[in-house]
Amino acid sequence: MPGGLTLNHFLVLSLIVFALGLFCVLSRRNAIGILMGVELILNSANINYLAFAFYGGGKYDGQVFSIFVIMLAAAEAVVGLAIVLAIYQDLRTIDVDATETLSG
Amino acid sequence: MQLGNVASLAYFIPELVLSATVVILIVLDLVTDNRAAAGIAALAASVAVFVLILAGGAGNERMFNGMIVFDSFSFYFRLLITLATMVAVWMSIGSDEVKRCDQGEYYAVLLAAALGMFLMAEADNLLMAYLSLELVSLTSYILTGFLKHNRRSQEAALKYLIYGGVASGTMIYGMSWIFGIAGSLSFGMINGALTQSGTGASLGVFIALVLILAGMGYKVASVPFHMWAPDVYTGAPIPITTYLAVGSKAAGFALLTRFFYPAISRLAANGNWQALAGVDWPQLLLVMCMITMTLGNLAALQQTNMKRLLAYSSIAQAGYALMGFVVLSNDGIRAMMFYLIAYYLMDAGAFLVVMIVANATGSEDIDAYRGLAWRGGMVPAVALAIFLFSLTGIPLTVGFIGKFYLFAAVIRGQFYILALVGILNSVVSLYYYLRPIRTMFLDQPAGDEAAVTGEAWNYGLMGVLAAATIVFGLYWAPLIAFADRSLKFFTGPA
Repeated sequence: MPGGLTLNHFLVLSLIVFALGLFCVLSRRNAIGILMGVELILNSANINYLAFAFYGGGKYDGQVFSIFVIMLAAAEAVVGLAIVLAIYQDLRTIDVDATETLSG
Repeated sequence: MQLGNVASLAYFIPELVLSATVVILIVLDLVTDNRAAAGIAALAASVAVFVLILAGGAGNERMFNGMIVFDSFSFYFRLLITLATMVAVWMSIGSDEVKRCDQGEYYAVLLAAALGMFLMAEADNLLMAYLSLELVSLTSYILTGFLKHNRRSQEAALKYLIYGGVASGTMIYGMSWIFGIAGSLSFGMINGALTQSGTGASLGVFIALVLILAGMGYKVASVPFHMWAPDVYTGAPIPITTYLAVGSKAAGFALLTRFFYPAISRLAANGNWQALAGVDWPQLLLVMCMITMTLGNLAALQQTNMKRLLAYSSIAQAGYALMGFVVLSNDGIRAMMFYLIAYYLMDAGAFLVVMIVANATGSEDIDAYRGLAWRGGMVPAVALAIFLFSLTGIPLTVGFIGKFYLFAAVIRGQFYILALVGILNSVVSLYYYLRPIRTMFLDQPAGDEAAVTGEAWNYGLMGVLAAATIVFGLYWAPLIAFADRSLKFFTGPA
């Protein structure tokens, strides 16, 4: 790998992305914002899989896993946006605090 | 034996039937206007799948180049999941909520969820574990939000989606660390790498396991990953609530067991399991288990909505089942497997009565149960009493036998504090399980409530579940023997 990059660089990067994703999920009140945070978490895992696969050598398990994650992230976004859209049609807002009929 | 893709198909027939039915249901929805056809077709398919699983028996094969396994353990859980699917489909046919929906799609998605649960029980690879868990999650989100223009249903789906997305994202991040440390995704290879060599990265493994627990703990609704459960159980259509409570939870326990036992622990000769040296996940789970049942029971005390009460109760029940999981012995796992069947019978039954009452009165509040026995609902009232007594663990019910085996395993493993917490929790739970019973029998109806008249369709299933709850409470030997036989994981070269 050029530039003296090592496995640790990627692991730290993925940890930062994971933390940012988690922060995004916890701090956003907009449903779309939360879904974007989830995407960040998924991508942090992808970075890990690719880094471990590249530096671990051998088979392509890591790459295959990350392809599946990308695909499932798309599927999750489809379902997620459909649900958000349905809520928007009823409530005219996608703020998760506004949808507080269930509690206790 | 490890089988290739084509050779595996012979052992994969129930799953193929499920997949084919999903496609057929979608096509059927396009060509016919008969709304009842889809439900009957789904019910027929799940009965066929049940027969096919029984006919296929149990073996010791690793299929699809090591993605899933065909063993006694998956045999047990696939049967349980099929039974849960049958109940969910049966209830859907008799549910007023579902009748207003687009039924072809509904049953197609429901059976797709069943397929995902099958794969969860069979997964032998981190990739398969993730894919199957997501298949169940995505379909569950859709089913939860299936009631269009119903605000509670939509909101429940959104909450489920957000918690689910975070939980499964956290889980695959943890899996990526296991992949990095062990160098493989296959459970067999992970076991070899972690137990034999001693990685020297025990802290890393521990953190990875905690992250993985987020995804799997979320499926079984254990604290602290339980927050979605009360809202989702309340908002979803009642048949789907039932399916999530008994099916999805059982599949979660299957995956949890398969990952935490054969994949990362080692079986000693005396039937006890040894966790990885320096990786103290049993202690962590022990604490989680105690908090799960306590929090579930305490929160249930103040509920006024039956669905929500049963939701917290199901969190507490997951805590009881986890008691068998944390004691690191085959006794404990067997007790957990038995308890999941017991839980299936009594919880599905309780939700079915809730549905019968909701069909008749349009309400799920405990107030709607006032004097239920004296306004035409004697039969469902008695049935609900049986189910709630069983959930409490009163003798002569299957719930008592299940708890008996759990506590026996806990005490044999010398986890006395856990046993004490469990017993105290059972006492607390008595209070809120008795409350609906008191309302149904001792309170007089005010006179303005709707009469409860159910249909034979729902009453039939209710009778079967109530009878099974009693019969297996008196004669449980075949069930525990079956659980014992099924506690055999795939063994073979990694």
